Amino acid sequence: MPSASQTPPEPGMPDPAARRLAMAQAGQASPAELRAALAQAGITPEAEDLRPAETGLVMVRGRIGGDGRPFNAGEATVTRAAVRLPGGETGFAYHLGRDRDRARLAAILDAHWQRPEARPALDSALAAIAARRAEAARQAARKAAATRVNFFTLARGED
Amino acid sequence: MYVAVKGGEAAIDNAHRLLAEIRRGDPAVPDLTVAQIREQMRLLVDRVMTEGSLYDPDLAALALKQARGDVVEAVFLVRAYRTTLPRFGATEALDTGAMTLARRISATFKDLPGGQVLGPTFDYTHRLVDFALAAGAVPGPAAEAEPEADAAACPRVTDLLGQAGLLEPSPPDDGAPVGDLTREPVDYPADRAVRLQGLARGDEGFILALGYSTQRGYGRNHPFVGEIRVGTVELDFTPEELGFPVSLGTVDMTECQMINQFHGHGAVPPQFTRGYGLVFGQGERKAMAMALVDRSLRAAELGEAVVVPAQDQEFVLAHCDSLQATGFVEHMKLPHYVDFQAELDLVRRLRAEHAARTAEPDEPTLREAAE
Repeated sequence: MPSASQTPPEPGMPDPAARRLAMAQAGQASPAELRAALAQAGITPEAEDLRPAETGLVMVRGRIGGDGRPFNAGEATVTRAAVRLPGGETGFAYHLGRDRDRARLAAILDAHWQRPEARPALDSALAAIAARRAEAARQAARKAAATRVNFFTLARGED
Repeated sequence: MYVAVKGGEAAIDNAHRLLAEIRRGDPAVPDLTVAQIREQMRLLVDRVMTEGSLYDPDLAALALKQARGDVVEAVFLVRAYRTTLPRFGATEALDTGAMTLARRISATFKDLPGGQVLGPTFDYTHRLVDFALAAGAVPGPAAEAEPEADAAACPRVTDLLGQAGLLEPSPPDDGAPVGDLTREPVDYPADRAVRLQGLARGDEGFILALGYSTQRGYGRNHPFVGEIRVGTVELDFTPEELGFPVSLGTVDMTECQMINQFHGHGAVPPQFTRGYGLVFGQGERKAMAMALVDRSLRAAELGEAVVVPAQDQEFVLAHCDSLQATGFVEHMKLPHYVDFQAELDLVRRLRAEHAARTAEPDEPTLREAAE
C-alpha cells in the first residue's frame, strides 16, 4: 500500500479549522448529496487515487467515569480515501462505516475545497447539507424536550 | 485400535444449503431486509455491536440476519469480520459530556441542569402485549416541545457532585498507554481500563447476573444510579498524514454513572465511590450491569475483601466473553472420537481389573471346589 504523503503546509492555505469543518460536513453527507455538491461547483468527481479507498478499524476510546483515564470501549468500522488533483492538491476522507464511494467523493471534495476558486461554491453546498442535518437534529431535540419531566409539589394540608 | 476417517463433506455442504433454505423461512412471507433489522430491531443490533465490540449498525443487522437472530452467532460473525480489517489507530477519547441527548435520567437528583429527559423508553409502560402492532398499526407522531434554555448543556451528574468533593474523582489521564485485550493477553490483576474493555464486550446476561448478585448480597456495594445518558457523540480521529483531528461522524452510546457506598481513610474524608458503564447504542441494562460489576471489581483497590465471584477479576473477565464461552462449550459437539475411544479403552481396562479384583476372594474357594 503506498503511504499517503504528509500534506505540505502551503502559503495562503485556508484556516485549518475551516477545512476541518468542511471535512466534517462532507462526512455527514450522503453520496448523492456529495455528488450534487460537486456538480453544483461544476466539478466532475475524478481524481487520481493517492491511496485506494479502503475500510479498516479505529479503536473507540472512552474515559473512565466519563472524564478520567482513557479505555478502549470497542472498535468501529472506518473507510478512508486519499486523492490527488492534477494541480497537486491532495484530499482526504475518514468516515464511519464501509461506504468507499462516499469516502472517495468526500476526498475529492476536500481536494477541490483547497482550490480558492472552488471553495465558495463547495462551502455553500456543504452549508445547505449541514442546515438540513441541523433541522433534523432540532426536530429530534424538540421530541426529546417533550419527554422532559416537570416536577410539581403537591400542596399539603394546613399551610 | 483407531482408524483415521475422513468424510462428511457432502453432508456438510447439504447441511449449509438446508440452513440457507430454513433461514429464509416460508417463501410466502416477504424476505426481511437488513435495513428493516437495523431500523426496527435496533436494540438487538446495538447488543450485537456492543458484544461484537464493533460499531457498524448495517454489519450487525446483516450478521443477525445471517445468524437467524442468534445473538452469540451474530457476535461471532462480527468478530470474525473485524479480524480481516487493518486498524488505522485509536480515536480521541470521546466526550460523553458533549453528548446530544436522546435520554438522560438520574435516580439520585431530581432537579439538575438539563432536567430528567425520558426519551424513548420502556420504563413506565404497562408491559401489555400490543396486538395493534401485529395488525400493522401506524404510530401517531411523537409530541414536540421547545427545548428549555438549559437543555443545550447538560453536565454529567458526577461533575456536579464531584465539584463539592462528595464523590471520588475519576482516575486522572496520566497519558500512560491504554491496555488493549485484543492485542495483549490479560494479566491479572488487570488495570481498570482493561477490565472496562472486557466488561463492555462481555455477554449482557452474564454481566447482568453478576451485577444482580452484588445487589443480592454477594459483594454488596450499595449502588445508586447517578445518571444514565443515551445519545450521540462525535468521534474525532487524527490521521497520521493530516496531523489534525477529523470528525469520523457520530455514534450512539449509553453511559451509566453508578454512585456507590462511601469510603474514607486516613487523609481522605468520606466520599461516594463510583462504577462506570459505557456501551454502543441504547443499552441501559448492560451499561448499568457493567457499572455495578466495575465497582465490585474495584474491591481490592478500595480495601474490601475479595470473597465473591463479582469481585474476582479473573472469574469475571475470563468468563464474560460470550464468544470465548460458546467456543469452548460448543466445540464439544465436534467429533471427539479419538478422545472418547481412549477413555472407553481405559474404562474397559479398569472394569476388567475391577472384575478380577472382586472375583479374587472367591477364587480360592472356586479353585478348591474345582480340585
